[in-house]
Amino acid sequence: MAEIQYAAPATVAAAVKALDAAKGKAKVLAGGTDLLVQLRAGRVNANTLVDIKHIPELRKVKKDKGGYRIGAAVSGAELGESDDFRATWPGVLEGFELIGSTQIQGRASLGGNLCNGSPAADSVPGMIAAGATVTIAGAKGTREAKVEDIVTGPGKTSLKPSEFVVSINLPKRAKRSGDAYLRFIPRTEMDIAVVGAAVNLTLDAKGVCTDARVALGAVAPKPLLVKAAAKALVGTKVDDAALDALAAAASAACDPIDDKRGTIEFRTKVAGVLARRAALIALERARKNA
Amino acid sequence: MGNEEKQNKVLGEGKGKYRVIGTRPVRPDGVDKVTGKANFGADLNVADMIHGRVVRSPHAHAKIKSINVKKALALPGVKAVITAADFPELGPGDIAAGEVTVSFHDMSLTVIARKKALYDGHAIAAVAATTPEIAARAAELIEVEYQVLKPVMTWKQAMDPTAPLLHEGQITKGVKPAPEKPSNVAARSEFALGDLAAGFAEAEVIVEHEFSTETVHQGYIEPHACVASMSADGMATVWASSQGQFMVRAYVAKLCGMDISKIKVIPAEIGGGFGGKTVVYLEPLAVALAKKSGRPVKMVMTRDEVFRATGPTSGGHGRCKIGAKKDGTITAADLEMEYEAGAFPGSPVMLGCMTGTTPYDIKNMRAVGYDVVVNRPKAAAYRAPGAPVAAFIVESTMDMLADKLGMCPLELRLKNAAKEGTKAPYGPKFLAIGYEDTLLAAKASKHWNTPLGPNQGRGIASGFWFNIGGNSSASVALNEDGTVIVVEGNPDIGGSRASMAMMTAEVLGIDVSRVKPLVADTESVPYSDLTGGSRVTFATGKAVVEAAQDVVKQLRQRAAKIWEVDIDQVEWKDGMAVAIETDKYKPLSIADIARMAGKTGGPISGKANINAAGAGPGFGTHICDVEVDPETGYVKVLRYTAIQDVGTAIHPSYVEGQLQGGAAQGIGWALNEEYVYSKEGNLLNTGFLDYRVPVASDLPMIDAILVECPNPGHPYGVRGVGEVPIVPPLAAVANAVSHAIGKRVDSLPISPPKLLAKIQSKG
Repeated sequence: MAEIQYAAPATVAAAVKALDAAKGKAKVLAGGTDLLVQLRAGRVNANTLVDIKHIPELRKVKKDKGGYRIGAAVSGAELGESDDFRATWPGVLEGFELIGSTQIQGRASLGGNLCNGSPAADSVPGMIAAGATVTIAGAKGTREAKVEDIVTGPGKTSLKPSEFVVSINLPKRAKRSGDAYLRFIPRTEMDIAVVGAAVNLTLDAKGVCTDARVALGAVAPKPLLVKAAAKALVGTKVDDAALDALAAAASAACDPIDDKRGTIEFRTKVAGVLARRAALIALERARKNA
Repeated sequence: MGNEEKQNKVLGEGKGKYRVIGTRPVRPDGVDKVTGKANFGADLNVADMIHGRVVRSPHAHAKIKSINVKKALALPGVKAVITAADFPELGPGDIAAGEVTVSFHDMSLTVIARKKALYDGHAIAAVAATTPEIAARAAELIEVEYQVLKPVMTWKQAMDPTAPLLHEGQITKGVKPAPEKPSNVAARSEFALGDLAAGFAEAEVIVEHEFSTETVHQGYIEPHACVASMSADGMATVWASSQGQFMVRAYVAKLCGMDISKIKVIPAEIGGGFGGKTVVYLEPLAVALAKKSGRPVKMVMTRDEVFRATGPTSGGHGRCKIGAKKDGTITAADLEMEYEAGAFPGSPVMLGCMTGTTPYDIKNMRAVGYDVVVNRPKAAAYRAPGAPVAAFIVESTMDMLADKLGMCPLELRLKNAAKEGTKAPYGPKFLAIGYEDTLLAAKASKHWNTPLGPNQGRGIASGFWFNIGGNSSASVALNEDGTVIVVEGNPDIGGSRASMAMMTAEVLGIDVSRVKPLVADTESVPYSDLTGGSRVTFATGKAVVEAAQDVVKQLRQRAAKIWEVDIDQVEWKDGMAVAIETDKYKPLSIADIARMAGKTGGPISGKANINAAGAGPGFGTHICDVEVDPETGYVKVLRYTAIQDVGTAIHPSYVEGQLQGGAAQGIGWALNEEYVYSKEGNLLNTGFLDYRVPVASDLPMIDAILVECPNPGHPYGVRGVGEVPIVPPLAAVANAVSHAIGKRVDSLPISPPKLLAKIQSKG
């Protein structure tokens, strides 16, 4: 490990400046639960770490136009303390809370989990299904992007070298809507998703699904928004036939690899199973959210 | 977790018979360990210490053409670089060492490769530098030129006649006449009783099946670590975490070409070994680096190094055929197995052959094993080496036999259970054993009699382990105030400080809080074999009992002297010298005698140096309930009970801990643990993230039922208990899963992708 410069800016502007100055050799440090491990293992080279935890607005959860602006460095433990958030976006939170252990939850952030670029990141399918956006600061100013447009491949993002995520923005929760995230791991905890599936759906007064978003993790080079799977639910009462169609569409969207964590065949099948099970939980939550 | 009621219990003879034995005092090493004060291998730092780092092969199989250390040596801060050229070249030849035989030739080549790299992670060179960072940079500057060879990764590839040879000229041992052509099969072993063909001819039902398992690691938490220093006159001191300070001393002496008297080994606390620390990896390198640099050298492995380069245990494959009468009487059993030894001969396949069918009284049997070398790290001992895989094969076949007979698998085992007088496949007839008692305890358990739900299955399996005795030394010294120090030469892995203190207290008739146990260095206690083979509580315990009895005799002598009576007139009772048949003398406590020791002949201490015979074999029976998710292949262990004949449980909590720990490791072995290699032979899962041992939330509380059938070979009836508990779980889990899905699971690990494919396969 070579020598590394550490910067702890107190403002977004100062952070952008530090990133810009490093000309692509900087890494953004939030909780560090991925980055520090990667640095130690020699998998990541950086000459500058820009610690964004000391920027006050990155540590705040704000209600905004009925939705939420979650600072990119807010930890899982902090977000989990909000009963209101838990009741509103349980699927987003349950994905976030699956990351690591209790100790890791004290550090791990939504922004970090997204920008680490892992196709298996547990919080990302939930954010995509929720229709979340991110606010990005950079040398050329601030921009908004959809969560599904951030990760472009394993370890890769669409962020420019001077850019970093300031907040994750969740829209206003519609009535009679609910979300859920499920992942498959061979153990019960302390593991990385072999398959992840998130479903967010909205019902009308008669119980017919009017809107849905389905996202999958760990089954392709990046987290996927599966429009065909969502389409299978819209216009149905989320009955068995709709769920079968959802599962088939989820499996069909998979483009996984064989590796030490699972096979192509396994991931493809289980993606359908989990999408179906997540949809049932989301349905239950939507019915309760009348 | 469904079984709120605590099921742990002790059944049998020991209960209430003793004053200290069978109680559950706090362990003497407990406070230091839970407060982080205990010093493990990596905790020691000494003045002027520098840091060692190993350069490891990135290839599974390669010729080493050249090693250029110039650039590394030129780096400021680098104090020494070593290669195999710095060590004596040792000739072939095996020596017996506890449970396994040791070839110093192979051991020296495991510690540092000479002409060939034989696995990903094989040590090629080592450097020592003033900081770990400089050492790491220097390691990268060492230029090794390899000629990469085709890797041989599995027993099947290795046994192919066209396979590349790991060792040119290796002729299979144990085959007559000896083969002319060399092969990757290092040895064949066979054990047999009776007439196999006649036995199968007698059978009315025959089952036969093939099974396979993968390489697994012991998974100890503490990576290997040591510090070595060498004085200007060639005296070495080694601080190391290991399963035996005398083992480290002997191996370092041989590998470094030194006299034993010139090496002192100070044992650190050990953070788990399970057999994997019965060999040396870093210590000889650290001594050589210390010698070359003139500085103390510390070496600590990373987890990656632990997985790539230290002792896993063999993956294996086998076929088992069992024949029986319709009433369940087994008439014949035939077992054939291939174990992957790793890069050098010495898989535990022979021990697998000796243990697989041993829970049963089978008149006609044969067990054949092949020891096959492959380009993986050399197998080291792992809890009951060889037995779990053999038990998986045999106990799964037993389960299939029970299914075919329409018989309860527990009753089938009861019908054929080995008893006192049964002849074991490896020769001896058993003395008192408690195998049948474990089955009866299982049958009577709440667990066995609880109904199951949908997608759930129950498995039962048994297991056997020899347990060994061997060389042990101990001393017991009486302090001036009547407290006592007991000294042993075995690292405390499974609570031996507690059990030694308790046995000492039992003999002396005093409270265990008055006994302080000490694990001493190689110059403070005479030789003891390493901690392994479930030998310490038995053999070192026997030495401790004898040493304490020696003290009692001296205490009686001193009392006799004070009272001016014959020693035969003095008995030792409840920690007091009491005059027999008279109340003329006030009894003398141990503290009274200690206080007056100076006036009655000087300090009092006892010692014993023994080679303990009479180790009692151990048997266990485990019950496992699982629930399988039929859509994902996920297996949840719902309930688990481990039952074992433990002889006498000195400290029942630690005995229960052994049963629980063995079961947990066995469940991991069955469900998710495996070495995953790339096509090129590189290990892909070199950390605990992807080498999946069970985490606490994966397991239910494991209930332990201790059956006490005292070992006639020990004064308190002790049997070794540490290894038996890992023998049954593989089959107990596999049998449970097989019943849950209605198909035979015959390949470990039962990882979800494999199981889901099995569930969805036809037939």
